[in-house]
Amino acid sequence: MKARPIIRVRDLQAKYGETLILDRIRFDVYEREILAILGETGSGKSTLMKNMIGLLQPSRGEVIIDGDRITGADDEISHRILKKIGVLFQNNALFSSMTLAENVALPMREYTELPEQALNALVRFKLTMMKLDGYEHFFPAELSGGMKKRAALARAMALNPRILFFDEPSAGLDPISSAELDFLIDYLNRTFGTTMVLVTHELPSILRVAHRVIMLDKQTKGIIAEGDPHYLKAHSQVPLVRSFFNRLTEADVQRHR
Amino acid sequence: MILQKEIMKSEKNTIQTENAEYTLMPVGESAFLLRISGCMDHRCAGSMFKRLLADVERLRPSLLSIDLSQVTSMEDFGIAVIFELKRVTKTWGGIVEIPGTDNRTEELLKMLPPEHFEKAASFFKQESPGLLVRLGGASLQTATDLRFMISFVGSLFLACMHVLRHPGRLRWGNMILSMEKVGVDAVPIIALISFLMGFIMAFMSSVQLRQFGANIYVASLVALAMVRELGPIITGIIVAGRSGSAFAAEISTMKISEEVDALHVMGIDPTLFLAVPKLIASVIVVPILTLLSDLFAIMGGLLVGVSMLNLSLRGYLDETLRAVTPFDVGWGFVKGAAFAALIAWIGCLRGFQAHGGAEAVGTATTSSVVTSIFLIILADSIFAIIRTYWG
Repeated sequence: MKARPIIRVRDLQAKYGETLILDRIRFDVYEREILAILGETGSGKSTLMKNMIGLLQPSRGEVIIDGDRITGADDEISHRILKKIGVLFQNNALFSSMTLAENVALPMREYTELPEQALNALVRFKLTMMKLDGYEHFFPAELSGGMKKRAALARAMALNPRILFFDEPSAGLDPISSAELDFLIDYLNRTFGTTMVLVTHELPSILRVAHRVIMLDKQTKGIIAEGDPHYLKAHSQVPLVRSFFNRLTEADVQRHR
Repeated sequence: MILQKEIMKSEKNTIQTENAEYTLMPVGESAFLLRISGCMDHRCAGSMFKRLLADVERLRPSLLSIDLSQVTSMEDFGIAVIFELKRVTKTWGGIVEIPGTDNRTEELLKMLPPEHFEKAASFFKQESPGLLVRLGGASLQTATDLRFMISFVGSLFLACMHVLRHPGRLRWGNMILSMEKVGVDAVPIIALISFLMGFIMAFMSSVQLRQFGANIYVASLVALAMVRELGPIITGIIVAGRSGSAFAAEISTMKISEEVDALHVMGIDPTLFLAVPKLIASVIVVPILTLLSDLFAIMGGLLVGVSMLNLSLRGYLDETLRAVTPFDVGWGFVKGAAFAALIAWIGCLRGFQAHGGAEAVGTATTSSVVTSIFLIILADSIFAIIRTYWG
């Protein structure tokens, strides 16, 4: 039995000025799944994610999150939706003037009335989960790239959102840090049932964690493939999808046909 | 026990919040059953916790039994609420029991050890160092700061020497752009402020001088005060606020985003690349701005003299020219150039000193303005002493 769709993207069109970036994008994200949005550089992956979290408004179409329409939502609905989502930004967006503990505690203080001691324990729990125990007093500038990424994930998970969005989570990470992050994504998905939407083009990560992928095409501005990443890697007949999953140039694909 | 009786009378006390509900029921002598239903997530911790805690503190049960069987979704925030209740109840010797928890709650209880909730040390309360430690730290910081300041002067001097020998190495386009930003863009604000300064000075002095029939000396007062002292100082302060801060913000942002490191590894001297064009541009345009400031202040004074003190235009200008010598104008020019060098030096220095995150940009900017203004006043005092002995 298929899970309930928690995000619905319907006929979305996105433009920067007069330049068309995405057109007729239509897909669902199901509860508890890890969906990866793939595509070449400039195919509109990040634009799609920004439209999904309400940072950009589509020129046409809509995005519905857990029954609420985020496209053109008023403040009340928007606030309700934002409480359900967490975002891990490409550059982490950790507040540099705050320690890791303060970064993670910030949304907790905003939305709960728990006393300091309880916040302390919850922050420790989140940071321990991200293997950052002992780094509570560190400032973001004092951490490595992988640690910053995990700290940003701890903050994104602070209020246990139902959906987590990741913008290029593995960008700039070494293979070990990248694998650790993949492990955490998978662990959080299994343990907390968090729905994950990843915007990435890191093939090993996609194959390791994604349950399903959609692939965007720069030429048609639409979705070129959708499905299980391992299946697409082995069986897709679409040249762009084959070259993406098998790390081949288009000429290589033509040669193998 | 009055409260307990009240609750006994109403049998139970049900409180409903955003997405969770709790009921406190007396089940015996000082024993209560707390039944929580709904979702125990951060919203529950946000809206229910304080009221629940207040109720429990009022009743002070010796036994609090928590029934979680109707909880639809348990999260770490829910566990935090339970542990807080345990901690508070313990203060009067009460006991909290949780009969029959589901797998999810068991799992979370294992993940969140109770000792974490009892640990006294907070991550959020940084221990403030003692006065002596802070004094020592500040002294060491000042010494480091001073060393960096001096070495940066050396670095700037060497870079300027290099430009003198190889003029082609100077980024002329960038320097002209800086001249426009520091000079041309500052003309309106400097003209307005100087005009108003001259106007106010003439207006205020005329009140006193009029009593002695010495109206004409308003012209010399305005001219001398502005050309010798206030013109360069006002210009310097405005340029420090407008351009010195901009230099600091630009370079500190570049430093934080590793653009300065990129210059280093490309074998390009960051001082030559970033600071020298700004320094030369400032030294060229600030004296011109000083001259403009003098002229606009004299025009402000002239307006008061002609319209309110019955002085003729010719008479006012003659008195101004009689009072101010070419040496005074040149002296103001030199001061303007010196202040410009100080502003550019400090602005760039604070930018290069920045490290950390976004906060460092703010610190660098503030520090550049404060230090520049201090140094301008200090330099002006030195100029005044030199002028006195020079005669």
